[in-house]
Amino acid sequence: MKYQIRLSGSGGQGLILGSILLSEAASKEGKNVLQSQAYGPASRGGSSRADVIIADEEIYYPSAESLELLLCLTQEAADKYITLLKSDGILIFDSSNVKINPIKAETIAIPFTQIAIDKLKTSLVTNIIAIAFIATLTELISLKELKKAIKNNIKEKFIDLDIKAAELGVKLAKDYKNGKVIKT
Amino acid sequence: MKKIPQKVIHRYLRHDKKFPHVWCPGCGIGTILGDFLRAVYNIGIPKDEIVMVSGIGCSGRMPVYVDFNTLHTTHGRAIAFATGIKFSEPRLKVVVISGDGDAAAIGGNHLIHAARRNIDLTIIIINNSIYGMTGGQASPTTPLGDYATTAPFGSIEPEFDLCKLAESAGASFVARTTAYHTMEARQIFEAALNKKGCAVVETIAQCPVSYGKMNQQSSAIEMLKWQKENTVSIKSFDKLSPEKRQDKIVRGIIVDKDREEFTARYENLIKRLQKNESSKEKSKQQAGENQKKSKSKSKKEEKK
Amino acid sequence: MSTDRYNMDRNKPILLQGNEAVALGALDAGLGFFGGYPITPSSEIAEILSNEMPKRGRKFIQMEDELASMASIIGASLVGKKAMTATSGPGFSLMQENIGFGMMTEVPCVVVNVQRGGPSTGLPTSPAQGDMMQARWGTHGDHPSITLYPDSVLECYELAIRAFNLAEKYRTPVFLLLDELIGHMREAVKLPPKDELKIINRVNPNVPPEWYKHFKNNPKYISPLASYGQGYRFHVTGLTHDEKGFPTNKQTEIQAKMDKLLKKITDNLDDLIQVEAFHMDDAEVAIFAAGVVARSAKEAVLRSRKKGKKVGLIRPLTIWPFPDKEVERMLESTKATIIAEMNQGQLINEVLRVTKYQKHAKYIELQRYDGSLITPEDILEKINEVL
Repeated sequence: MKYQIRLSGSGGQGLILGSILLSEAASKEGKNVLQSQAYGPASRGGSSRADVIIADEEIYYPSAESLELLLCLTQEAADKYITLLKSDGILIFDSSNVKINPIKAETIAIPFTQIAIDKLKTSLVTNIIAIAFIATLTELISLKELKKAIKNNIKEKFIDLDIKAAELGVKLAKDYKNGKVIKT
Repeated sequence: MKKIPQKVIHRYLRHDKKFPHVWCPGCGIGTILGDFLRAVYNIGIPKDEIVMVSGIGCSGRMPVYVDFNTLHTTHGRAIAFATGIKFSEPRLKVVVISGDGDAAAIGGNHLIHAARRNIDLTIIIINNSIYGMTGGQASPTTPLGDYATTAPFGSIEPEFDLCKLAESAGASFVARTTAYHTMEARQIFEAALNKKGCAVVETIAQCPVSYGKMNQQSSAIEMLKWQKENTVSIKSFDKLSPEKRQDKIVRGIIVDKDREEFTARYENLIKRLQKNESSKEKSKQQAGENQKKSKSKSKKEEKK
Repeated sequence: MSTDRYNMDRNKPILLQGNEAVALGALDAGLGFFGGYPITPSSEIAEILSNEMPKRGRKFIQMEDELASMASIIGASLVGKKAMTATSGPGFSLMQENIGFGMMTEVPCVVVNVQRGGPSTGLPTSPAQGDMMQARWGTHGDHPSITLYPDSVLECYELAIRAFNLAEKYRTPVFLLLDELIGHMREAVKLPPKDELKIINRVNPNVPPEWYKHFKNNPKYISPLASYGQGYRFHVTGLTHDEKGFPTNKQTEIQAKMDKLLKKITDNLDDLIQVEAFHMDDAEVAIFAAGVVARSAKEAVLRSRKKGKKVGLIRPLTIWPFPDKEVERMLESTKATIIAEMNQGQLINEVLRVTKYQKHAKYIELQRYDGSLITPEDILEKINEVL
């Protein structure tokens, strides 16, 4: 088993942190895990991507080459990486910001940013909602380990908010699986 | 005051290092070294506890002759090496011997940061206004208009006031003396060595061979007279009229203030953190004895 | 951030970053002093140590620049501390004069260079392997170099410890070279238990101070090292010096000093050199790659093997001294060698040098310097040219 995830968007959206949380949670379940990233020289703006590779076997090449799952939070990222998605992969995109032409792979449109603002009054937790969604959808990572990773890596004062965001992501994924249409 | 025996400096020189030294006849560095060694004797610092660090140039050769822990480093970096030594082993007395090229040009950055940190170093800058060892090139303390092999038409750059620089960067002790005023120099070195903090002493020295020759002062005696006549103690300076002050260079202790020293501040940080850690350990153990609910509560409190 | 992060249960995997593993390895090796200046992509090392060192009663200082950082760690080592700095290309350039001072005065210390694209400011957050030769010949004059090059997070930890061991054993600065990707990526790793670590400390003199010679020559070329403040009162200078450390102009003493610097390395190559042979036993085509490129190469090797192509990889963990003997022997019976580097061709010259009499073989260069990692596909293309 080798599962390659790419989280993509722009600098400041917390994608690298998101990838670390996913990786840390996955590492607790005894899998081989590799997390890597590419970003510009500044902390804000510019394109940003982070990869999480989870496998039973050794992981050598440290970037995701062909993707089982691609998350796109910006149009630029979607345009850039969509070709790396396997035909049986999953594309998840933030329908608040991104438009996608129909493709072969399963396509999931969730207005993550809008949901974050509506439900939690801040777009800062968009990343957490998205990774909790991914964890639940793929069943690769338990919510318990993801919550632990949040507690280990996030500043005390944001933990409660981020846990709420994670729970929201889980709910969205369950709703999606149950065939509910997600509205903003 | 203790009477200083004759030839006391011989007790501090290395006998297995073949003299003569590299300094030219008439050079001021030897006199300054003598003053420094007498100051060390007077305070009674054990030789094992002194580390003398220098950079490049005539002054840089001083450590090789003295029986301390000695380090002759790269050009300009003596203070940075000394910072590593002092910070690692605060019990040692770390003395930096530097020339004006070392301290004011290539290593100027380290001087201002040592002063800013107020790390306990005794920094003696021997200022002869020239790069002497290499034949007389201009330095940042070559006075405006004076000649050097790289300033054949007279220097067109104003010179640094090293004492003002050290003071404004935060050194807790700043003084100026000369090779001529040997008694005063010794006393100032003692005060600097006794100071807990960054102590910067600018010592004006004559370089008759490189600087004097190019600036119509080819004898050491003439240059020493210049030091006598053109400098005034800080007390006398205050009494001078503003016009007269302009021609004079101030000598004496210019700054002597108490400011927390860097290595002491770091030791306090260590204590604070280790206290935190041990209290965390304790409250963890306590929490372990209690129920799960109260455990999570006390952890939250710790983090606050 | 949990403050107990590094008191983890070593039986369980932990997600660690490469830079973090370097810091952790240094701490476990007994790092007593860190002096550094922040620079991408190495800053995490300084950030972690600024947090961990004072808690352990050890010394951390952010110096005013890289010249001062390098100077400060040499000073710290002279009073007996295991000392380290961490930087990237531009900072490594600034450190070079004082690195030479450390080589000349035989002061143990570790310099980490997390490479980025160059020259100059280059590509601060992109991978490149352009500092191979800087690690060998960065400072002026003849001098030895011990340079280690990990390709995984676990190896960052292991080679950080090894870098200290070699520095202390051979009394010399040691370089630990990382790729930006290795420094920044994270892997789930299990660190070895602390009581299983092999830690080497410098040899102190066992003679009274009046007999002590700081640079005493002996058949092993490695002299015991006293610390300032122990009563030895020795002299250290960057000028060429005699056994006591005093400057010299005597030809015999100059030659002896220069030979000492060289031979303490060249007489101990077996101890210094580590090379990984990956599927090399029956390889017809070899890939030569170090650091992160070796990871792409391993992927390419496995994919080729699946198709029945006999491909292997030679990966030096020690790039300096260059593993002449090992590379020459491994390439004896291969048909072709692909030398893959993220630069315009640096280690390839070493491979060509040591294989110059093997005229039967083909040497294929694969170079990439566009800020991107060489991919397994890049390597497979080259393999297809010969197999």
